[in-house]
Amino acid sequence: MSNFSVAFRDSGSTTILTLRGELDAHTAPELESAIKKCRDEGKTQLIVNGHDLDYISSAGLGVFMAFIEDIRTLDGDIKICALQPKIYDVFDLLGFPRIYHIVDTEEEAITLFEQGIQPI
Amino acid sequence: MGGMSTTHTLVIPSATRYLAKVRRFITVHARQAKLREKYLKEVRLAVDEACSNVIEHAYQGKTDEKLQITLTIHPTQVIICIRDRGRPFDEEAYRKPNVVELSRKRRSGGLGVDIIRRLMDEVEYSSEGNRNEIKLVKQIHSSSE
Repeated sequence: MSNFSVAFRDSGSTTILTLRGELDAHTAPELESAIKKCRDEGKTQLIVNGHDLDYISSAGLGVFMAFIEDIRTLDGDIKICALQPKIYDVFDLLGFPRIYHIVDTEEEAITLFEQGIQPI
Repeated sequence: MGGMSTTHTLVIPSATRYLAKVRRFITVHARQAKLREKYLKEVRLAVDEACSNVIEHAYQGKTDEKLQITLTIHPTQVIICIRDRGRPFDEEAYRKPNVVELSRKRRSGGLGVDIIRRLMDEVEYSSEGNRNEIKLVKQIHSSSE
């Protein structure tokens, strides 16, 4: 039994991945498969909604690091939104907000895609 | 050190599915000790990272080994010791990670030790024979702050 899940939803040309539960070394492979599936289906405008994510460790952060280069090479991006402050703090600890778009809402993330704005 | 202290011990098999149990163990005892939520979260994450590293690197994925975690709460600090019998951590070979560089190389690992060092006040690795120990110390302030 896993205390983590990923749900997919398409919104125009973007795909929204809604994370729920606890993302650690045990559950990170589930997020990895989810992002891999999107990439293999040619979906590269990805928005990760972390509103219901209750916990993240470096194994979870590592999934973003493992895929961001591939996804950006395919003219896509992974944008992260709606993180609870305690989860944002973990991303912030290692400087992720400098490299990844981390915004408050899905709408903001969609707007960034529409405007073609990439981080860095 | 003066004042009261209490120690709690948890032993888990060397598999990632037990990490949630480790986090619950830290949460329950830290709450009992009225540790502030901010410290609790930091200690819980650091311990998760340390245990994840033992499972992945010290035991290299072998799931039938054991980890022992002891949590001692003193009036002014929390001390956690994680003991294993796997491959010792090579502190000299350790390089501080750079998230930009790791992303370019499509690497998913290498952040745990940095997180532990950022969150804890003291981190000490020791090995004797086939026993390794990671000692994590977090200074805490009064819960009435």
